[in-house]
Amino acid sequence: MSADQILQYLLSGITTGSVYAVVGIGFNIIYSSTGIINFAQGEFLMLGGMISVSLAPHMPLAAAIAIAVVATGLVGVALQLVFISWLKNPAILRVIIITIGLSILVREASLHIWDEKVRALPFWTGSETSSLAVLGAHISPQVLWVLAASALMVGALTLFFRFTITGRAMRACASNATAARLCGIRTSTLVTLSFFIAAAMGALAGCAVSPLTQTQYDMGTSLAVKGFTCAVLGGLGNVTAAVAAGLLVGVLEAASISILPLAYKDVVALAIMLAILFFRPEGLFGGRRAALAGVR
Amino acid sequence: MRRRTIFSLVLALVVASAIPALAADPIRIGAIFAVTGPAANLGLPESRTLQMLVDDTNASGGILGRKIELIVKDSQGSTEKAVSFAKQLVEEDGVLAIIGPSTTGESMALKGYSDQNEQILISCAAAATIVQPVAKWVFKTPQMDSFAAQAIFATMKKLGISRFGAVVSNTGFGQGGKAQLEKLAPQSGLTLAITEVYDSTATDLTAVLAKVKAQNVQAVVNWSVEPAQSLVPKNMKQMGFDVPLFQSHGFGNIAYVTAAGKAADGIIFPAGRLLVAGVLPASHPQKQVLSAYKKEYEAKFGDEVSTFGGHAYDAFLILTEAVKKAGGTDKYKVRDAIESLKGLVGTAGVFSFSPEDHNGLTMESFEMLTVKNGAFAVYGR
Repeated sequence: MSADQILQYLLSGITTGSVYAVVGIGFNIIYSSTGIINFAQGEFLMLGGMISVSLAPHMPLAAAIAIAVVATGLVGVALQLVFISWLKNPAILRVIIITIGLSILVREASLHIWDEKVRALPFWTGSETSSLAVLGAHISPQVLWVLAASALMVGALTLFFRFTITGRAMRACASNATAARLCGIRTSTLVTLSFFIAAAMGALAGCAVSPLTQTQYDMGTSLAVKGFTCAVLGGLGNVTAAVAAGLLVGVLEAASISILPLAYKDVVALAIMLAILFFRPEGLFGGRRAALAGVR
Repeated sequence: MRRRTIFSLVLALVVASAIPALAADPIRIGAIFAVTGPAANLGLPESRTLQMLVDDTNASGGILGRKIELIVKDSQGSTEKAVSFAKQLVEEDGVLAIIGPSTTGESMALKGYSDQNEQILISCAAAATIVQPVAKWVFKTPQMDSFAAQAIFATMKKLGISRFGAVVSNTGFGQGGKAQLEKLAPQSGLTLAITEVYDSTATDLTAVLAKVKAQNVQAVVNWSVEPAQSLVPKNMKQMGFDVPLFQSHGFGNIAYVTAAGKAADGIIFPAGRLLVAGVLPASHPQKQVLSAYKKEYEAKFGDEVSTFGGHAYDAFLILTEAVKKAGGTDKYKVRDAIESLKGLVGTAGVFSFSPEDHNGLTMESFEMLTVKNGAFAVYGR
């Protein structure tokens, strides 16, 4: 195999991985503040993509994306208020199952609002045909946008969780909701806020990946599975790790494709994930305590 | 005494339920389509088309003076659901025939069931295996995937291509195409350098295309009905893989072109003539059928017509013509009537069935099309 080809596989891996990474981030937000795995996260990506694609012909791309992000955030809030907030001390498993139900609800609603067709947002720079040459291999400029969006989200979230009162209060909620309440933290408001942030970030991710992966009403599930894998692989609650794990899985899949038939790529990725979880249940980059407390 | 009351009640119920059946006596037709799910691009236009035709027929007095009652089931592209819906339609609803399913995988799952239960099935899926070997009770309306492969190979030869690579999706349709490509390429004197199977929900295929590129191929064939049909052209352009891209007849839906944007320009694929109905000469035998269907569908649903809806159109046409020919709804007579239909003009082509041929089309039913500036055009014209 020539150096060019190896580089091309690497860039392909980064392309795939950048999508996984940006999805993986969303899982961490709600988890970090509530300990819940939100299986409707993929639907937030789909909604972000769908809304922005619908708005894009009528306004500048940036405005369409901004509206999609805010609108999806509000959908996240509405779902949390209507379906989750009124439960008194629900078991985490129960809430997780509710989120699965919500994902089906959002998916079916989208099928009725839009339709079954695939759509794609225009490329943020260039077009479907533009490609950047990197030492003889090629990559789409949109991949750089996805990575930039990931970096932006990771940066903003890290600052938010570490250095703002609200962010720290959210972590306290996940750590021990009762203790947090006793300290005067309004846990219910913070959980609602975490749904807003997760849905909004999911929508931004959905807009960033739409030119590459395309958007249709049922894209959420398959993306969510990969994103969830990466979030677990990196260590739940750690957004930086989710990005690293996403890229790692992407590159591993590309490496597997280069030697084995394509059908084996998920086997390779999942086998590696199982092995890692077996030896390091806290994830690749998680500390021992994170696995127990779910907080970093 | 009590027993007798119950008996007469039951009798009354039976009689009451039988009377309206006798009075209206509609012809019941079942349909199984993937109206939602990954193959929704097939099932939705199919179910809309069929409903539209049934409404039209009933508005103009039905067939042989009888109304048609249509029962549509959404299989979501799932084989298990298709099978259980088929049983429901046959055993509970007692339909005369089943139109569909939309996909090859589902159709193959129903092939044996239909034959054993002597149930007419008119599939709207593509693979040749649905009717080869022939099952007595199973028919299909779309052109064969073997014709599609032959049409693609003929164009490749004209372009001087001798070595190509193929990527196919892991669905019945993709597997059917893979089998035909592998079987027919050597016969056409072409080298199939590599075949890779990808997941139908794939969101990025650059890695697998890099593998194909490494084989120094002169062209790529993609065989799927999923959104991957728009991903492959985009991914190829992104990685600077500049060879002609051929797609299967599954590409016959303008939504894929829109989703692929500029990257779709130059794609070559075989398709029925529905997509280019506007530019067919007035003398073409299919011109009238195609224009009429296209006009009605687009006016009614505000959506561009696709070849898939056409497959349901043809299935309904074949079934109703056979009922007329048989002069009733005896399933044995109707089945025999389908087998004897000749020169029936549909959207996919001109159907001439025989006991050996349950598709009734020839390679002539395909036209090679291409994409020019985001629209379908006849290739080489």
